[in-house]
Amino acid sequence: MGNEALDYIEMKVPAKAEYVGVVRLAVSGIANRVGYSYDDIEDLKIAVAEACTNVVNHAYQEGGMIGIGCNVYKDKIEIVVSDKGQSFNLSDVKRKLGPIDGTKPVEELKEGGLGLFLIDSLMDHVEINGEAGVAIVMTKFLKRDEVEHHVDEISASTNAQKQ
Amino acid sequence: MDLDIRKENKKDFSILYVGGEIDAYTAPQLKEELLPMTENEGDKILVDLKGVDYIDSTGLGIFIGALKSAKSHNSTIELTGLNSRVKRLFSITGLDEVINIDNEKREEAK
Repeated sequence: MGNEALDYIEMKVPAKAEYVGVVRLAVSGIANRVGYSYDDIEDLKIAVAEACTNVVNHAYQEGGMIGIGCNVYKDKIEIVVSDKGQSFNLSDVKRKLGPIDGTKPVEELKEGGLGLFLIDSLMDHVEINGEAGVAIVMTKFLKRDEVEHHVDEISASTNAQKQ
Repeated sequence: MDLDIRKENKKDFSILYVGGEIDAYTAPQLKEELLPMTENEGDKILVDLKGVDYIDSTGLGIFIGALKSAKSHNSTIELTGLNSRVKRLFSITGLDEVINIDNEKREEAK
């Protein structure tokens, strides 16, 4: 019970930096509608922007599209950001994942590479699929104590549908 | 949407006021202003982020680049006015351990 997505929202935008903000705004609207807290919405915005920025920077040589899919569940939201561009070596990326090492000299700090680390830190569950393009699946749970009212409403309507 | 960037030269240091959302689209605007400032030998730069309500890894990367440039030109860079969201990202990524952030002047979150 309650495992099926209540709603699915899909978007496709050109893989250009100027559209990342558009996706961010749309996802913020969806999360707000579902009932996420201010901080969780901000986390979702950053995570989805990081995923889109990765597509913009790495996926295509000559333009392409970013696909964004949002599955809204009773207790979570699942966002898929995908492209049809170049894949990358997943284990390489995972090995490099981490925050900045404050003990390293400034000269050795890297300007990139924090995006996936941020996605991992801000979302509850992250999966990356790296064949024929890249798809990143990110999940964030709705915290019950903050939005009990909304959760009750949604589960009530789900039950009603089942009867 | 563009960043709102303003530069002010004081007697001993320069301030860069930044406002807006720093992401993959707007970060180059910040880089264009900030990087040349760090290249003046021995300069002190204060970046006021009071007007920034969003930043992601691309924006953080600009500050890492600026920090490296400052180090190699003997200039210094300090951040001020971070709201709690922006501050949180600097601490999640560990960037707050390598870059000077003026905590006392930190603006309270909305």
